[in-house]
Formats: sequence, structure tokens, C-alpha cells
Amino acid sequence: MERNGNTNGARHGHEVLEHDILIIGAGGAGLRAAIAATQRGLSVGVVTKSLLGKAHTVMAEGGVAAALGNVDSEDGWQTHFMDTLKAGKFLNNWRMAELFAKEAPDRVYELEQWGALFNRTPEGKISQRPFGAHTYTRLCHVGDRTGLEMIRTLQERTLATEAKVYMETSVTKLFQNDEGRVVGALAYTREAGKFIHFKAKAVIVATGGWGRIYKVTSNSWEGTGDGVVLAYNAGAELVDMEMVQFHPTGMVWPPGVRGLLVTEGVRGEGGFLRNSDGERFMENYDAERMELSSRDVVARANYTEVTEGRGSEHGGVFLDITHLGYNGIMKKLPTMYEQFLKLADIDISKEPMEVFPTIHYTMGGIKVDPETCATNVPGLYAAGEVGGGLHGANRLGGNSLSDLLVFGRRAGEGAAEYVKGNGYSAEIESSVVEDEKKRVVHPLERQDGDENPFHLQQELQEAMMEHANLMRNEDSLKEGLGKILAIKDRLPNVKVHGSTLFNPGWHASQDIHNLVQVSEIIVRAALERTERRGAQWRLDYDGPDDELGKINFIVKRDQQGEAGIEKREIPPMPDHLSRLFDDGDDKHGGEQGGKESQF
Amino acid sequence: MEEQEAQQKDMASKAHADVHADEEDAAREGESYKLRIFRGDAEGGREVEYEIPAVEGMVVLDAILYIQAHQAGDLAVRWNCKAAHCGSCSAEINGKPKLLCKARVEEYGGQDIRVHPMRAFPVIKDLVSDVSWNYEVARSTIPFTTDEQAPFEMYEEDVERLYEPKKCIECFMCQDVCHVLRTHQKHEEFAGPRFFVRNQWLEMHPKDTERRVEYLKEGRGGIGYCNITKCCTEVCPAGIHITDNSIIPLKERVADEYYDPAKWLMRKIRGRRSPKTGQIIGRNGNRNGG
Repeated sequence: MERNGNTNGARHGHEVLEHDILIIGAGGAGLRAAIAATQRGLSVGVVTKSLLGKAHTVMAEGGVAAALGNVDSEDGWQTHFMDTLKAGKFLNNWRMAELFAKEAPDRVYELEQWGALFNRTPEGKISQRPFGAHTYTRLCHVGDRTGLEMIRTLQERTLATEAKVYMETSVTKLFQNDEGRVVGALAYTREAGKFIHFKAKAVIVATGGWGRIYKVTSNSWEGTGDGVVLAYNAGAELVDMEMVQFHPTGMVWPPGVRGLLVTEGVRGEGGFLRNSDGERFMENYDAERMELSSRDVVARANYTEVTEGRGSEHGGVFLDITHLGYNGIMKKLPTMYEQFLKLADIDISKEPMEVFPTIHYTMGGIKVDPETCATNVPGLYAAGEVGGGLHGANRLGGNSLSDLLVFGRRAGEGAAEYVKGNGYSAEIESSVVEDEKKRVVHPLERQDGDENPFHLQQELQEAMMEHANLMRNEDSLKEGLGKILAIKDRLPNVKVHGSTLFNPGWHASQDIHNLVQVSEIIVRAALERTERRGAQWRLDYDGPDDELGKINFIVKRDQQGEAGIEKREIPPMPDHLSRLFDDGDDKHGGEQGGKESQF
Repeated sequence: MEEQEAQQKDMASKAHADVHADEEDAAREGESYKLRIFRGDAEGGREVEYEIPAVEGMVVLDAILYIQAHQAGDLAVRWNCKAAHCGSCSAEINGKPKLLCKARVEEYGGQDIRVHPMRAFPVIKDLVSDVSWNYEVARSTIPFTTDEQAPFEMYEEDVERLYEPKKCIECFMCQDVCHVLRTHQKHEEFAGPRFFVRNQWLEMHPKDTERRVEYLKEGRGGIGYCNITKCCTEVCPAGIHITDNSIIPLKERVADEYYDPAKWLMRKIRGRRSPKTGQIIGRNGNRNGG
């Protein structure tokens, strides 16, 4: 990557680069999209805030959910589809879930074709492990580093194509032509602060989630919601934004690692949860599925045990895998062993872990067409965690990795199809580019201003922890909204010091806008959904509301630039899908069936 | 700059009281840590000392992020996962490459903690060095290639030695300590330990059909430069036995097959027998055992 130094002159210049398709984000979805689009012979640019291969996908541990049926031969796409909808409390886009369940196995085999190596069954096939609320043994895995295997495979495959990768580059704005079509973006290199105007016939947003709006999170610094806000600012519709997943098991001690993920694979491999009385408390919450209940249920159980005074010394519950023994742990969960030993001085083959829920994933996101991943804004596509619809009110473990593959590919192909039939000009007024550059350097160049972006982020994180956590109520949400809006009012006073040369303070001054905007949207949507459903758990309402179970909340920027919220009815499922649920009595995902405790 | 920092520090301490309540529970009263951190860029720089409140169990990356938020907002450091899974935060502590997210401050037991960027690569700023060369080498690597169609039939016994090289998190610390790169600057002719690790699994994968000995010997690989001092193995945070399990087997393969290509051909045609089934699992092997 070329370097521009940090002279004032360089700040205001910019380079113009052109691609048929610009992909923002180089995690699983972005790279899978890049592979698909280059296969169509198009010029592809991939922009990533980090180095290649460091995206949050690398952190995925447990596995990829796909109904291969290698361990449980009864499994098939229908069961995977039904599990996904039940876990999502039927808010899911059923067409996305159908495509997802049907295509996931091919996407996994494709990884194997490209050199990915999964653990094997005794029959020489890809091995699978059980996971929470999956009816069958379904997660293809390699130890507890499945995400690493996946991103390496996709990264190596991408490097074998003509796609150009722009590492450590941030996008600040999507450009639209007179008709509103997305025709490019402004970006800056984090290394040198050099501006790039990317011209592109289509843009795919694959920037992942926004876990960094919370203090206790399993997400890396990158999860600041850039992509969802870029799309929102361009007029894209967002769906299910109130749905934020709390992973049941994050580390609690020492403070520096609070929130760090403890893979669900621990429970998949037979780990028990106990409270300080030694009781295996999941019996009281979901006696049937116990520790392998869905994430929302286990997270609330862990939370409740601790808040009711049955927690551990550092405010967690105990997760015990000692029965696997050292050798078993080193085979199945070596990363966890290392993580606890190095960071917490705990030998998990001898002692239980202390765990507590941590913010992990955002089910909501940009609303897309299931077939092509097109948004309502022409030329704009989205895939992966930044997209919404597949997971509904709660995501099953392992469904994220297959989501990246299935919809990453579909976005790449969808955008390629659009580009082929698109003769639109990528030209925009030069003043638009100049204004955006000025906005971006303003916090650095201004003389006045006294707000520190790191501190605003910390305050925001505290507010979200306190008011938009896994138990919510109207008064607290309103108070939280007030705090968020107060922080929003302070954003114009952000001032940072230093130069444009690799300056984290300056980068933070950009991210904070996205963090605040997405937090506001989440809280506003959480105020609207007045019920208990999946990850949205309103203490001021008794249970699920059948009417709200039939709608999604759609957020879109209105004429005044404010977050407008619309109720939109979920279209009825076609017969071939609704029939699948006829055999059981659990069409409503156990919500009405009373299998889950309504504590 | 000092004045700015003092100002920020003052603001920081006020804000800190508000937003770090629970961390203060774990803070050790009155105790602090001192770190000396390289501040500078390609033109040069110097160590600057920072003092931060001690928190139980804190790692060097926690300390640096604290400094960033409270004392020096422009202090450059690379990091992502903070869990030793992603390999972003490599730097040198007291001259030794470390993942900053894994290096506990208390392990240094009151000794000096001097943090510098990796030195085998050009410095960009502070703790960030320009590792883009590694991605050029990655692009030059001959990728996995097969003429079979997945799903593959492969047994644990066939592939278990591939798990080790696949654990690589690309922290590039092995590249940083390698004399061929660090001292002799052979970046144009030598791929470095990380890429021998990658070539090892590619070469040993039962379904791969490519030939890489020319690349390894005289192409970008340059494996002959390695004189097996094991420096790479010592620093690998993933515990990969780079020298013994990646470099030496590749050197042996180069010695065998570069000078006698018939051996390569035989290996590819005959394949390798599965230790479990006795079946041939290589390229044209009979996958049904029949």
C-alpha cells in the first residue's frame, strides 16, 4: 500500500479508483461475495478496516451449521429450516431461511474443495457436533477454531483471484447519483489518512455487527456498525434492529477479558452449568434441552441466577467441562484451554470456568431481497451479520457462519447480475466528495472542541449496558434514549489531536457517529416491541404478543433525517414450508407451548 | 505535545471516575504500572514513559488502550480480537515478539516494560509496522489445487498432521525473529517461516495435486536460506513446531523431488496409504478401496 505521509496537502487530495463492484468488509461474507463476483469476470475491490484475515469471522469457534447428516442421517434442510424459525420466534424471513438451509451443505463442501479441513467422522466424512437448539448433530467444525479455518480458506481463495484488497481502509460515505443509485464511496487509509474515491457500479456492505455499542462484548473494536449506518444514511430499510444476541457464556474475570467469548462448543461437548449452590439450574428453565437450549434462554438463565444471588465470586455462573479431562479438552477445545490458562490462570481440565452473558451478535440489520441480497436502494447489497431477516428474534449457534457463505455468495452474484445490466454513470458532483473529506478531517483540524471520542464511546457503552441489556423495560429504555441523544448532541464537539498518520483517536472520531446512530435505532425499536420474544425481553410485558409476532419493525431514515419506524406484516408462509410444522405442536417455537420458563 | 497530553490526562481522569466504576473495583489501590512505549514513525522516534493504574490480570494491550483513551489518543497500535485468536497485536516487549493481548503485565514483576513495533518490517507509526509484504508472499503461494470433487473421503489419521500448521494465526512474529529477514533482509527471495507452514499443509494435503518444490527452492520460497535455528518455533503463540514439523519436512521433500522429479510423480500417482485403512488416499487413489 502506498503511503502519503501526513502533510496537510495530502489530506485534501484524493485518489480515484474504479471497480465494477466495491465490497466493504473482508469477513466471511465479504470474501465469499468477492469470490462469486470475480468468478463472473468482474473487477472487484474489497475494503477492510483491518488486515486481511483478522475480521471477526476469525473468532468463530463452534462450527458451521449445515444439515449434512454425516452424524445424524435423519437431518435434512427441512429440520434445519424449522429449527432456525423456531429459534427466531417466527420473525425470520422464511424465504431466506429456506434458501439458507438448502444451500448451507454445498457451501461447506465448497470450502472443503478450496482446502478447508474439518474434523472427520470414523467414516472419513466431515464431523459434526451438537449445538444449542439444533435438533440434530449439525455443526461442522475443526476443534474450536472453525472461524479461523473458514477465513483462511476464503482469504487464500480470494488472493488467488484478481480481486484487489484494500487493507486498513475505512469507508465514511456511500455516494449516490441523481437517481439515488449507489455509485461508489469515500474511504481513507488508516495508515496514512489518504482519501480514495471509489467509483463502483454496485456496492456490497458486509461489515458485520455492532457489538461495540456495549461495554461487555465478545466483539473486536471493528464492530462499530459502520455498514448498517452507511446503508441507513443512503436510505436503506433496516429490520429487527431491537434484536441483539447475548451469548450465554462470556468470561468474567479478570476485568480486561470480561465479555471474551467462551464457545458454545463447551456445552456442545457436554459442559454443565451450575450456580453457587452447586445446582444444575437449567432444569428450572428448560428441563428438556438443558444447557443446549437456545441462546436467549440460557443467557437469561445465567443472568437470573447471578442477579438472584446464586452467582460466583466474580459475578458469573460455573461452566464445568472437567469431565472431558485434559486430553479430551486438548482435542476438542484447545483454544479454550489456552485462553483460560493464559488470561485467567484457570486450568479448565481441573476447575470450572466462571461465565456470564456477553453481547455477541446482532440479528437485526439491513433488509435484503432473499434471492439477490439487494436492498431497497438500487446498487446497494448487503450480506452477513450486517444483513437482517434470516435469524429473526434469536440466532442459533453455527448459523452465522453458514449465513456468511450462503448470502455472501448470493450478494456477489446478485450484484454481478445488476452490474451486467447497468450502464449507469458512476459520476457524482465533485463538491459531494470535497464536502465529505472536509467533514472527515474536521475533528483533527479544528481548533475548538473538547469532546474525546474514546470517552463518548465509553459513556455510550455504559448507557447501552444499563438500559438496553437483555432485560428491558420502557422507563429504562426511555432513559437510555435520553442519554444516547445527549451524546449525539455532543458529537459536533469532538476534537482529536495528532496527524492523519495511523491515528486511532481520529479513527474513533469517525466510528463514534456510527455507534451512536445504531444505538439510537436499537433503543427506539426496542421501545416499539412491547412483548417478550427471543432476544427482546420486556419485563413490563408478560409474554409474547401474538399480534407483534406477525410483524417486523422496519427502520428507515425519514425526510427530516430522523429514524422512522414502520410496522410491516410478515407475509404468510407458502404451503410447502408451513406444512413442515404441521406434524408437531410447536409451530410457535415453544413460546406459547410453555416449554420455556417465563421468568 | 506534552501540554496536549497533560490536558487530555486531566480530562481523562475526570471521565474515568464516571465510566470505569467496576474496573476500579479490581484496581489495586494506589498501585500503578509504568510502560515505556516507542513513539515515532519511519523517520525515527523515542521511548515515552506512561504511568497507568494497575488492574488485576491486565495485559499489555489493556495498558496501551488505557493510554490511548486517557493520555495519548494518537498512540498507534494494531489489535482486533483481544483473545490471541487473530494475531493482529504483535509487537516487541523488551526486544521479544509478543502478542500484546496475551502478555500479562504482572508477569514482568516490576521490571521495565519497553514496547516497540516488530522490527523485521518497516515502521509505520508507534507500535504499528508495515506487514503488507507478507500478503505479497501470500499471493505468490501456489494455492490448494485438486482434481477431485468434494465431499472428500479423508480420515482423521490422514489429516491429523495438517491441523498443526492450520492453527497459524498470521501474527508474523516468526517472520519478525527470522534472521534471514530481520538481519539479512532477504525479503525478495525468501518466504519466511509463516509461509513454510502454509506450504507444508498444502504439500501434505492428501487431495492436493500441485508441485511446489521449484517455488520452495528457487522461487519466492528460498527455503535453502533457513539454517534451522528454531527461533521461529520459540515465538509461535499457536505452539506450531515450525522448524521440526514444517521446515525440515519441506527441505527433505525439496532434496528428494527437486533433484529427482520422478519421485514427485510417483508420490502423486501412487498417493499415500491411509494408516487406518491401508487405502490409497492420494490423487488417483481408489477412494472406494475396491
